[in-house]
Amino acid sequence: MPPSTPLVTFVVIPVISVFNLGKRYGRTVAVDDVSLEVFEGEIFGLIGPNGAGKTTTMECVEGNRVPDKGTISVLGLDPRRDANTLRQRIGVQHQEAHLQKRIKVWEAVDLWRSLYTRVVDSDTLLARLGLESKRDSWFMNLSGGQKQRLFIALALIHEPEVVFLDELTTGLDPQARRAIWGLVTGIRDRGTTVFLTTHLMEEAERLCDRVAIIEHGRLIEVGTPDDLVQKHCPERTVVFTSDDSNVGGRMQALGPVERADGGEVGAVAEGGAATYTIRGAGDDFVTDVINIIAREGIRVRGFRTEIPTLEDVFLKLTGHGIRD
Amino acid sequence: MQPRFLQGFWKLTWLETKIFTREPMGFVATLVMPLVVFIALGRAFGVAKPVAAPQVDIPFNVAILAAVLIALSAVQSLVAIISIYREGGILKRLRATPLSPVTIMGAQVVVKLAFTVISLSLLMLAGRRLFPGIRQVNVFSFTAAVLLSTFSILSLGFVIASLVPTARFAQPVGAAVLYPMLALSGLFYPVDRFPRALRAFAYLFPTTHAVSLLNGVWDGSGWGAHWVNVAALLVLFAGYTALSTRVFRWE
Ligand SMILES: Nc1ncnc2c1ncn2[C@@H]1O[C@H](COP(=O)(O)OP(=O)(O)OP(=O)(O)O)[C@@H](O)[C@H]1O
Ligand SMILES: [Mg+2]
Repeated sequence: MPPSTPLVTFVVIPVISVFNLGKRYGRTVAVDDVSLEVFEGEIFGLIGPNGAGKTTTMECVEGNRVPDKGTISVLGLDPRRDANTLRQRIGVQHQEAHLQKRIKVWEAVDLWRSLYTRVVDSDTLLARLGLESKRDSWFMNLSGGQKQRLFIALALIHEPEVVFLDELTTGLDPQARRAIWGLVTGIRDRGTTVFLTTHLMEEAERLCDRVAIIEHGRLIEVGTPDDLVQKHCPERTVVFTSDDSNVGGRMQALGPVERADGGEVGAVAEGGAATYTIRGAGDDFVTDVINIIAREGIRVRGFRTEIPTLEDVFLKLTGHGIRD
Repeated sequence: MQPRFLQGFWKLTWLETKIFTREPMGFVATLVMPLVVFIALGRAFGVAKPVAAPQVDIPFNVAILAAVLIALSAVQSLVAIISIYREGGILKRLRATPLSPVTIMGAQVVVKLAFTVISLSLLMLAGRRLFPGIRQVNVFSFTAAVLLSTFSILSLGFVIASLVPTARFAQPVGAAVLYPMLALSGLFYPVDRFPRALRAFAYLFPTTHAVSLLNGVWDGSGWGAHWVNVAALLVLFAGYTALSTRVFRWE
């Protein structure tokens, strides 16, 4: 008899796995070779410039587009073969979608509710999305943010296990955008996995647990926003203003110091304050600067840090900005 | 378990009906335009073979023209709706739900057929009141013939909707296909007297068979005498539907 050793292994099975996905339209290669995994309960963001292949990738994963090659599995199902089963378990929001101009909000919610086996209460859902006062409005009379919130409501009506959000906040003003971000983190906090696309780096940074950067149909990097910034853009900058003398001399241990007015960094600032810029790298750099300021008793009038963002990572990896 | 086709079908149909009535222009045009044509031409020339003395004898039946116009305006409206829905991503959004494609399109067809019946009823009421000498046709038989014709022409509408590049072109492309069809339908000039090739061509269109069937119902010769037209309407329906499932674009 073999000894009955309990074998306990924790294997994290991805909710979505994509392997060697490819899709072309005529001669345009939209998605070249994309492989990725999305895990339960995370917000995963696909980020990249216009035409990078975000929508194509996402719609192949949803089962709403047919890939040319590659394998896709969502919740253990094949998005094409098991489309009917999968539709009950995923929610989608398309880029730049519309509904019938003269459909009322409650009518859309009511239709969608009739299509799924397990549904949430419509009043509660509309209230959660701040749409209760718009129940009787026609779709065409909603503001951009309200339309997007309605689409989120429709994507969530059947308590899906995974939601797909394609360019959720494009065209919205900053305030509406922030409100939507709050909703998306709320979705994740209720345990739903979120797969989104965006070309706003700030959005990716605020929302996503992990991001994949896509360009010309290929993934060029995957990771948490923090990790990506640390890995590709470790440089840190501190800018501060002081009217003490010989500030530069006391800071020089950390790295080169520049003075905004071009003056001698070691000299006494004539007639008041001077602004200094110190560059370094790594997570400890800002702490080191603060420690020296404290130890030397430098009087600081203004202080700010410049920490690279995903935008800088993108620039570094592709050689151009995301909107160029 | 209800068949998948029925899931959401009546709800969507009712919803599309309400939405259609909320658009005053399309709604009025569908219901009123054929009626106006009927009354104006009927007043001017008399309805076909009028018992009351005709002012001028025109060689076509105004009532049948109006009935065919009802069918064609239903098709125009279908083409417009589909192209607007496609352009706005509405079709795509509906398709991403558990609704089956047949349900999404079937609801539109039912709405169009329902408005065809309403429009036709208005026409017949107006006919009774304004043209008392009008030939008494079997209302149910005539309605059934118009519905069958509309059904068949709507299947061609789906093919036309696939050809329309953007919503802006729905009207012109629809008109460019539908009105030549009407000209060749035999309503204005008997198909028998067309040159052979043109005649064969004319028989490819449901309007030709529709006009022949409607003439038959009007004359009282009935469906039996026109079974060939009925069969042709069904065959063309099947053919155009098969073609449209191949060429139809959802986005
Ligand atoms: N239906 C289509 N037919 C033809 N070409 C297409 C189609 N959809 C996308 N493309 C092309 O494929 C490429 C990738 O498009 P995709 O929509 O996936 O990009 P995206 O990253 O979502 O861009 P955006 O940020 O503008 O939404 C583009 O070059 C686009 O022109
Ligand atoms: Mg896109």
